[in-house]
Amino acid sequence: MAEGVSRRSFIKTAGLSAAATMGPGMVEVALTVNGAARKVKIDPAATLLETLRVDCNLTGAKEVCDRASCGACSVLVDGKLVCSCMMLALDAQGCAVTTVEGLVGADGKPDAVQAAFIKHDALQCGFCTPGFVIAARALLNVNPKPTLAEIKGALAGNICRCGAYTNIFNAVLEASGQAVVADGG
Amino acid sequence: MNSFTYVRARNQAEALSSLKDAKFSLPVFKGGGLDLVDHMKEGLIAPDALIDVRGVRGEGDLAGNGPDAVEMKGEVIRFPAAMTLAQAANSAVLRKFAPVVAMTAGSAATPAVRNVATVAGNLLQRPRCWYYRNSQFNCLKKGGSTCFAVEGENAYHAIFSTGSSPGPCHIVHPSNLAPALMVCDAVVHTVGNADRKEIPIGKLFHGPEKGVTSEHTLEAGELITHITMKARPVSGFYAIKEKQSFDWPLVFACVAIEMAGERIGKAEVVAGAVAPVPWALPAVAAALKGVDPKDERALTEACALAGKGAKPMRDNGYKVGLLSVAVKRAVMKAAGVAIAGEEGR
Repeated sequence: MAEGVSRRSFIKTAGLSAAATMGPGMVEVALTVNGAARKVKIDPAATLLETLRVDCNLTGAKEVCDRASCGACSVLVDGKLVCSCMMLALDAQGCAVTTVEGLVGADGKPDAVQAAFIKHDALQCGFCTPGFVIAARALLNVNPKPTLAEIKGALAGNICRCGAYTNIFNAVLEASGQAVVADGG
Repeated sequence: MNSFTYVRARNQAEALSSLKDAKFSLPVFKGGGLDLVDHMKEGLIAPDALIDVRGVRGEGDLAGNGPDAVEMKGEVIRFPAAMTLAQAANSAVLRKFAPVVAMTAGSAATPAVRNVATVAGNLLQRPRCWYYRNSQFNCLKKGGSTCFAVEGENAYHAIFSTGSSPGPCHIVHPSNLAPALMVCDAVVHTVGNADRKEIPIGKLFHGPEKGVTSEHTLEAGELITHITMKARPVSGFYAIKEKQSFDWPLVFACVAIEMAGERIGKAEVVAGAVAPVPWALPAVAAALKGVDPKDERALTEACALAGKGAKPMRDNGYKVGLLSVAVKRAVMKAAGVAIAGEEGR
């Protein structure tokens, strides 16, 4: 039988092993954050965002909407952009987590996206900025020369209430070595 | 959020036996977990065990491996239940042989959500109705006695009803993937109680007249393992939203066509965000037969039937006209006809 579970395979595997369970109550969890192994003691209900901010003291990712609607909590999990506010920390076990703090090089120099945000003044209050920087980095990692439409699509989950979008788009164009657009399109 | 026990199931047997474990009073399966965590944060449910099924391996892997989790054998396309929407959107197989599914998956939510949200989760997510989602409103779905949308703010609610009269609950079905899978004649494969089942996607959902506390027909403990469907290489999707980026559609349409020369030989049309279930439009499909998709007047005439039989509420009559436009543009997308004003989008 090529697909699904057959009666035979079900009977064969049932009861042979118990699934790994954690909690209720505090559990010790091993995470890899910005390349470093970390052990934290958390409740299974802790989100990745809470764990990063409270237990790992990495406060770059922000809690704003707390419902995956604004992108301020953006981090990379195994290189993929996710909203850490809606991901359980336990779901990130065994994955490589990258926060905005992890984009700074070993020499202390900012990532090209961070440098371009500074150059283009791509922020006003700055609260959404770590999320935008991470989302832009996720895009450029898979699409080094995105079009303006692709940039807008990739940043569609990030909200800047100050409305600095024009400069944000220009910063991403700059970080990808492309000409900036005067009005942001 | 309430505290709970987190269970990581490695195979289907572990997932199913954990669900039946007597020490849990309200265990639930967890895929990507987005809608589940949302419900828990809102205080709408408080499960005492979350059974993570994304890592289920063995016969019928839930997550799928490799760059493309989608397989195609002959005319049958197959993909795992825990495939993410991002994987669906980027799948070379789906983009070529069922573009309606890739387009629909790629338009859902945001890039960050699509990286986590799964196909099964998209099908089984609870409705977006703001009265349902708000813990302050004890609506019908939560065991109350009132559908607040009737007298309240109903601009985003249903215009078609599954029963003989609208209601009693007026949600629109939240899945945008379901209508796309319906035009591909998809079959949902499940396990539970050691039995395997195959459910045609149209039978996965029920209207509120058959019960308001759930929207699907799965039994307790039934787990979707994978989806199979037919190739629909000439297919398309069009959503009308209040903003171009991240938003839930006001209305949307999924269309699959078979061309007979320059004209449509056969069409399947299913709309979304207009009824409590994915809403098939057989009259429009019949009227599209023989139409040249480049003939905008004939296309408009056929698609004008889309709103027939609608019973709008106080604030959502606008959806009737929008639906015809969404269907027309979905046909144009499928047939590769340019839509005026959308160049470069």
